[in-house]
Amino acid sequence: MVTYRRYWTVFSLLALLIVLTGVLQSWSFALGLLTVGLISAVMALGFNIQWGYAGQLNAGVMGFAAIGATACVLVSMPWVTAEMANTLGLMLADPTGQAEAIEKLQRDLPRRLDAERQLWLAWLIGGLGATLAWVVNRLLRGHLSILTRASVVVVILGVSLALFNDLFEPAIKVIESTGFGDDSKYLGGLGLPILLAWCVGGLLAAAAAWLIARIALGLRSDYLAIATLGISEIVIAILKNEGWLTRGVLNVTGLPSPVPSVAALRSVPFNLAADASLVVNKLFFVAFIAAFLGFFLWLAHLALNSPWGRMMRAIRDNEEAANAMGKDVPRRYRQVFILGSFLIGVGGAMLATNVLQFEPAGYQPLRYTFLIWVMVIAGGSGNNFGAVVGGLLIWFVWIQAEPAAAWLFAVVGENLPEEGSDLARVLSERAPQMRTLVMGFLLLLVLRFAPRGLLPEAMQRK
Amino acid sequence: MLFAVDLLNAFLWIFNFLILPAITYGSALALGALGVTLVFGILRFANFAHGDMMAFGAMVSLIGVELLNQCGIYTYPIPAGLLLLPVAMAATGLLAVSVDRVVFSYYRRIKSPPVVVVMASIGVMFLLNGITRLIKGPELTPFNERRTFAIGDVDPVALTDQLGAKAVVVKTDFATQQEFVHVSEPEVVFFTVAEFKKATGLAEGFGLDLIQVLTVVLAVAVFLGLLWFLAQTRTGKSMRAFSDNEDLARLSGIDPQRVVTITWLIAGSLAALAGTMYGLDKGYKPFTYFQMLLPIFAATIVGGIGRPQGAILGGFLVAFTEVFVTANYKKVANYVLPDSWEMAGNLQLLGTEYKFGVSFLILVVVLLFRPTGIFKGR
Repeated sequence: MVTYRRYWTVFSLLALLIVLTGVLQSWSFALGLLTVGLISAVMALGFNIQWGYAGQLNAGVMGFAAIGATACVLVSMPWVTAEMANTLGLMLADPTGQAEAIEKLQRDLPRRLDAERQLWLAWLIGGLGATLAWVVNRLLRGHLSILTRASVVVVILGVSLALFNDLFEPAIKVIESTGFGDDSKYLGGLGLPILLAWCVGGLLAAAAAWLIARIALGLRSDYLAIATLGISEIVIAILKNEGWLTRGVLNVTGLPSPVPSVAALRSVPFNLAADASLVVNKLFFVAFIAAFLGFFLWLAHLALNSPWGRMMRAIRDNEEAANAMGKDVPRRYRQVFILGSFLIGVGGAMLATNVLQFEPAGYQPLRYTFLIWVMVIAGGSGNNFGAVVGGLLIWFVWIQAEPAAAWLFAVVGENLPEEGSDLARVLSERAPQMRTLVMGFLLLLVLRFAPRGLLPEAMQRK
Repeated sequence: MLFAVDLLNAFLWIFNFLILPAITYGSALALGALGVTLVFGILRFANFAHGDMMAFGAMVSLIGVELLNQCGIYTYPIPAGLLLLPVAMAATGLLAVSVDRVVFSYYRRIKSPPVVVVMASIGVMFLLNGITRLIKGPELTPFNERRTFAIGDVDPVALTDQLGAKAVVVKTDFATQQEFVHVSEPEVVFFTVAEFKKATGLAEGFGLDLIQVLTVVLAVAVFLGLLWFLAQTRTGKSMRAFSDNEDLARLSGIDPQRVVTITWLIAGSLAALAGTMYGLDKGYKPFTYFQMLLPIFAATIVGGIGRPQGAILGGFLVAFTEVFVTANYKKVANYVLPDSWEMAGNLQLLGTEYKFGVSFLILVVVLLFRPTGIFKGR
């Protein structure tokens, strides 16, 4: 019964914090905080499945979240070429005073279509080349010496790469330099609903997880951490540099939202005031996220208390024994890793949808990997409700730490002697760096003194 | 004959743009990987904080350099960062030992699984990261950074005598009409690419500076010293015994606490050495050291975990692969191929922005085909 009381205490404390924020700061701010807290809880749930159920250390949460967010762009943004054609059609219907724009579009549109065709062709040739190399390697195995075989494969790969580059580079140059506005100089997406994008984001993240699981699971436990760290850095590098796909550091703005936008709420049929529309919009979104989180939480709770969950805990606590009982340990590990990454991917997509933009340069390990860890461990590893509580609570601390630290530094800066004004400036400049320090310290403290977290797992590991 | 010159030019281009940088980068990686592999072998976890320990070491010597310069002490032509190396190494070694006492020793005592220790090491990584950024800021700071002094604070004439005419510039601030002295310690260059080209009359050439040579020399000295230490001395032998079989080592009366302390001292000072040498070459920036973590891990695993020789080999292997895979061979092709085949486009496998993608690929290949690495680590 004690644990139940603790659940109630913790959850009501959280509610109180949110309400206090709403009263003292603003409701819009509080709702924003709650939204991201809930989304963080989704990601924390994903990480908890990996860390809490199976003891897998995923050091690349950031990468999976970014993959999920990319899906928002690729699935839900409009296809730029089609938009250009639409715009051209509208302009031609009423061409007065738009001769220049029409001419530009008429010039760019065919170039772009060509470039897109070329792009697909490039990928086709690249894919064919890689397949050919693989097939040739297979066929020649045992017939030629390894050196000859390797050189044949390398020649095939080299030629297909040269062909690929020949088509690819001019094509992306065209794509990155044309568009119907400054914000649209990239490929665009499929223009499908954003909810579909969330699912696709989860699936893409799961696919990446499958790949990593093939490589690094079943080896030393640290290898998984290293491999996930690597893949997440690579994902971010690709997203930052491939402008034709994601606009790189220029960010994709204007992602669609699953709820009525602020502007829509202000006009018919809602006709809300400016303040109210902001709050109602956020309220809708929070409800949306909460519903998703509730659904995932319910599934995770069922899974954990099912025979499958018992098996997972058994594997985690004693791998050899579980193996001896005939459980397929590697397969289960893979499954858990992929499931967790799916949730993280969905969470990443939700985060991008929340701010309505995709910002590759904004992905930092501290915010997207490390913070999630702290959430799970502080909340209670292995306990799904713990992950949710941790997500909300740590996000609250994270958000409120900045004004608190800035205030602290300002006070310290004021009370220093005149000579210290330079120091005060440096301090206020480096206030954001404090977060890194504090989070590192917090993780070490929790890991050491409260490894079971706020809401400990009901059935303890040995 | 002409073709021979073309070939020579192609080779010189490769030497200047690929081999030389790969050697210096490889030395830094190998030094870093040595520290990681030692900790891996003796304490049995991947120390994610190693990159930030490198940053810490580099920061200590950078701050030392700035303090020296503030006092008007210039050590040109010897880089001041190099003179401060012992200080940085001692500081980082002590830091590593105290981190172990405060953080890691607890997990050893309760015998927690390695993943938990890895997680704690990532906690330490962020802690150190925060400390270095808080003290020195996240920006790129070269070791021979341009520093500004009021006219009375330093003696420009003496400085010019000491550092050369280019290093000391007196400038006037237009807003306040005050004169300032800008001092930037020059790099010691044995010969530049231009000088080489002029002397040989070739179209390509290479330059050599003190830091590059010193990095390699120091790295080789450290490799030999460490290998000798591990193979010959009593302490080194006890470390190897501890790494091979912990229980047996304990039974033979080896003091685990001592072994652990010495390991951290060595790992910390190696990190400071690697960080400072890399910083002297490329400038100090905390984020670069975080990014070096992946190549360093790749080097450690390629060579075989816990194998110092492997770490050295792995470091160079990773550096050379990274540099050679991301190079643009357009110039080489134009030298080697007949003139009528002149290439206009780029001949590049991967952009340099995907450099660490290469080390990841190496890691993947090794994990798939030979998880124990070249030297059969654990």
